[in-house]
Amino acid sequence: MSVPAFEIRNLRVLLGGKTILKELSFSLEEGESLCIIGPNGAGKSTLLKAMLRLLPIHGGRIFFEGQDIQKLSRRDLARQLAYVPQAGNMLIPYTVYAFVLMARYPYQNLLAPLSDKDHVIVHQSLEQCEMEHFAERPLASLSGGERQKVFIAAALAQCPRVLFLDEATTFLDYRHEGEVLALIRKLRDEEGVAVVSVTHDLNQGLHEYERVLALKDGRRIFFGPPQELMNCEMLTSIYDSPFRLLSDPEGGKEVVIPGKVTQ
Amino acid sequence: MNSRWILILFILFSLAVFFVAPFAGMTKISLSGIFASGSDGIESAVFWRIRVPRVLTAFLAGSGLALSGMAFQALFRNPLATPFTLGVSGGAAFGAALYMRLGVVLALPGFSGTTGAAFLGAVLVILLAYGLTRLQGGFATETLLLAGVALSYFLSSMILALQYSANLHDSFRLVRWLMGGLGLVGYDAVLTLFPLVATGTATLFLLRQEMNLLLLGDDLARSRGMELQRIRLLLFFAVSLMVGGIVSVCGPIGFVGMMVPHICRLLVGNDHRHLFPAVFFLGGAFLCLCDTGARIFFAPAEIPVGVITALLGGPFFLLLLFNRKLRSRVQ
Repeated sequence: MSVPAFEIRNLRVLLGGKTILKELSFSLEEGESLCIIGPNGAGKSTLLKAMLRLLPIHGGRIFFEGQDIQKLSRRDLARQLAYVPQAGNMLIPYTVYAFVLMARYPYQNLLAPLSDKDHVIVHQSLEQCEMEHFAERPLASLSGGERQKVFIAAALAQCPRVLFLDEATTFLDYRHEGEVLALIRKLRDEEGVAVVSVTHDLNQGLHEYERVLALKDGRRIFFGPPQELMNCEMLTSIYDSPFRLLSDPEGGKEVVIPGKVTQ
Repeated sequence: MNSRWILILFILFSLAVFFVAPFAGMTKISLSGIFASGSDGIESAVFWRIRVPRVLTAFLAGSGLALSGMAFQALFRNPLATPFTLGVSGGAAFGAALYMRLGVVLALPGFSGTTGAAFLGAVLVILLAYGLTRLQGGFATETLLLAGVALSYFLSSMILALQYSANLHDSFRLVRWLMGGLGLVGYDAVLTLFPLVATGTATLFLLRQEMNLLLLGDDLARSRGMELQRIRLLLFFAVSLMVGGIVSVCGPIGFVGMMVPHICRLLVGNDHRHLFPAVFFLGGAFLCLCDTGARIFFAPAEIPVGVITALLGGPFFLLLLFNRKLRSRVQ
């Protein structure tokens, strides 16, 4: 178990001729969850997609459990890594159940099409996300928060070791955000699924994850445990915008507040 | 009504069309007549030599075109994307026109000169579309559709130019070909079409799940474990075989490929496991029906089947499209 779960070495990614990620390196231990933060255009989503091999890379290497992901088949990758995009404005013309069932694709082949086991796993995934009552509803008829939970259920049906979330809570209201975060926490703590997440919510990033990676202009400015990022100068230099830290009188945790003190 | 019942209804409907259509037409045919021989053999000859191969051709062509339309709509995630909106019929027609005008001999096994040229024209256009999707980064579907429209216009003016410079005989042959039709005698057309449509249909049948995943978008499809490029290539391959074959034998009767998949999507939803059989049966039955109509409406004259498909299908499609309850099932 000495092999890190993820190892990224000198990663370079270009999009449309522009360098988005520059000589990026870091590694994650088995079971460690990562939060990727940084200003708009820093390359957060690009990194997430590169780690899932959804984008071609132009330099460096990405290893998952010691294996170069460029050399793994999509099927093998899909059995270990699952992707949860922002569900908000995606038009998916299926019912919830049909959509989640499609996530069993990497376990099927011509000789072994859908089995009872696949249906059992789909039911379990929907149950975990508390979406089993929505099974026969068209996805398009769900609210943003409900849809996001269905997307997570679908990713779970892939039975992954690592779950990748791309701003999964950005456009959700407080209740749905809370539900989605609780769900992610449960998966991590009870199911042992590691999470790699892109977020703009610093308080989420600084409290829920073992590791934080801060990107700016495609470069790594910080990588380490979130406690070390808890200082205003660091955050200000990442975002070019002032921050304050406040101690939550009830939980005792430090909370990040954007902006200056206003009169 | 759930999709299973709709499917059973489609199958019964197409079986009915399939068995009734050969009896419809100018020459009355009785059940006993089709097995008669000797001097009573006229009914039997009309039935076995003309009607049956024609119904078979119509069914194969209808199914193939409808399935091709379905596959392209999934490939491009766009309801307007069919091989025909991307200019395939233009390519086929241009091939045919070039052959009729210049008599360039293209000897493909199983094809006559015109069909061979049309087949090549159609396949070239599909390859062009495929090439454009493979270029650095690919193109947005809208761009591709616009390119298809532009290509169609370009090819039709080339055809007009060829036609203008042709003599009356060639010119009429070409116009008649452009209208599409299934007026063929004997089993040559069936034998040409069958292997092409069967290969294409089998390929699409095996890729039902993949077509489902394509509708989720590239990233989600890949993250679910699909080898996107390989699947795209297979789908293009299947569609070009079918459409190339059908257009070269029957002429450009493209509307079936746009309309039938949409009618089926409205009725059974987008899950290709249900959609595939629905499109297969309705496509075949619909073109059979249109061809029967083409034979009997103005008998003894016969109108081109392409005219009927659009006449029947257009209003029906509009009705479905503007019916709010049905429309809510598309999305």
